[in-house]
Amino acid sequence: MKKLLTLILAILLPMTALPAQDAAADSAAGTSFDMNEYLYGHVRDAYEWHITTVDGKAISIPLPVIVRSKATGWHIFSSKRLEDREYEGFYVAPQSSKYADKVVERGADGTEVRPLDFSVTKNVCGLLINSALLLFIVLGTAKWYRKHDAVEEVPKGGVGLMEMLVSAIEDDVIKESVGEEYKKYSPYLLTAFFFIFLNNLMGIVPFFPGGANVTGNIAVTFVLAMFTFFIVNVFGNKQYWKDILWPEVPTWLKVPVPLMPAIEIIGIFTKPFSLMVRLFANMLAGHFMILGVVAVIFLTAHMGAALNAGLGIVSVLLGVFMDCLELLVAFIQAYVFTMLSAVFIGLSRPKPETDKTTK
Amino acid sequence: MSLITPDFGLIVWMTLIFGIVFFILAKWGFPMITDSVAKRADRINDSIRMAKEAEERLKNLAEEQNKLIEQTKAEQSRILKKAAESRDAMIENAKAQAHDEAAKILAKAQTEISAEKESALRDIRRQVALLSVGVAEKVLRKELSDENEQRELVNKFVDEMTSADKELLKN
Repeated sequence: MKKLLTLILAILLPMTALPAQDAAADSAAGTSFDMNEYLYGHVRDAYEWHITTVDGKAISIPLPVIVRSKATGWHIFSSKRLEDREYEGFYVAPQSSKYADKVVERGADGTEVRPLDFSVTKNVCGLLINSALLLFIVLGTAKWYRKHDAVEEVPKGGVGLMEMLVSAIEDDVIKESVGEEYKKYSPYLLTAFFFIFLNNLMGIVPFFPGGANVTGNIAVTFVLAMFTFFIVNVFGNKQYWKDILWPEVPTWLKVPVPLMPAIEIIGIFTKPFSLMVRLFANMLAGHFMILGVVAVIFLTAHMGAALNAGLGIVSVLLGVFMDCLELLVAFIQAYVFTMLSAVFIGLSRPKPETDKTTK
Repeated sequence: MSLITPDFGLIVWMTLIFGIVFFILAKWGFPMITDSVAKRADRINDSIRMAKEAEERLKNLAEEQNKLIEQTKAEQSRILKKAAESRDAMIENAKAQAHDEAAKILAKAQTEISAEKESALRDIRRQVALLSVGVAEKVLRKELSDENEQRELVNKFVDEMTSADKELLKN
């Protein structure tokens, strides 16, 4: 346990320093510290993967921009070509535009037109890397079971850790919440848990290939919530729909004004909405907190060495604390998403008999 | 890029990536792990159940053993009792037989003794008769020399005889 703690600290300490170095480079370039740009720059999606800035020169990994213009069709080019200039009629919209920071096309009449944008952005790239890592980890674990007789042998090390996690999620969350038919849903719920957990963890790592704010992006959590939404409603049984459209309440609540059915139908959508917002907001807030704590160093940079050093130490200590907290949150949010998905699935498969006995 | 408006491109990419990851993991990843773990759990449960059964059987066996020992003990005491009984009966029997035999022997001895005695008495009587006849002869020979005396004697005898007859008649 102590060894593990030391390991975590050894990984986390340089982590907190890295955004610092990044931003320090920014301020060294002579520009005054832009808090907004600093915060949002680190959490939002981008067309290139910015790593650091040395002597005012940004070092970043260029990513492919894939756009489809209504007028000129498909365009695929490196994001490097968009740096401060226009390429094939495309450019990154300025802050004043309503498409701020997104690739737009200059229309024939000079107006900004947003093309269909399938660019492999920082988040997409992060998703690809994290997914590859997840596949590697889980398939690697599965391979152990294929090669060994799990009845006779118990895995050790990484496979053992994965087995522990998988068993814990399956036994405590999935079985408990879904009920008898848990086996059908277990692969989805386990995939959701490990996908979110790994992406959360990678989000805390401040440098490439981590640091992409994937699970703190509403598009990503939206898709995850939609998966749960479809699984809940597609596999919901008759009783589930009956409980929504004709619930067991006094008749005046259903006719002539379908009050309860309306509330239940709204409930169908609020459940995945809450899943989406919870994960998104928690992860985003976590990133903001860490970034904010680190920002103290740059905000105090011009206030004198003593104050800067003192607050710098406080900031690093707080940063370590925040990172530890984020590790916890990374797990908790993945756990909560999985558990609530499992609960919603369980609710979508009520038993008709139990309803009759309680009546 | 605004934080709270989902970007369409990212949604498409995310759906694609998550869908593929889900498909691969649902087919080759998690079922393999969960099934193996479930199999092992079953195996462990089976083992525990079997151990319990074996324990139960062992306990039953001990009980049976005790029962058997008790039964054997009862049988033993029963046999011992029977043996003692038959022994006693045999002794009793033997005693009775011996008694009978002794009685028989005694009776035989007695009859023999009485027979001996009878014959001895008969012998004695004969001897006495012979002797008395001899004596009587000698006495007669001496007495018959005188006539009177002879008559007297005859009379006396006759008297005696008649008295003897009378007594016999009386009786």
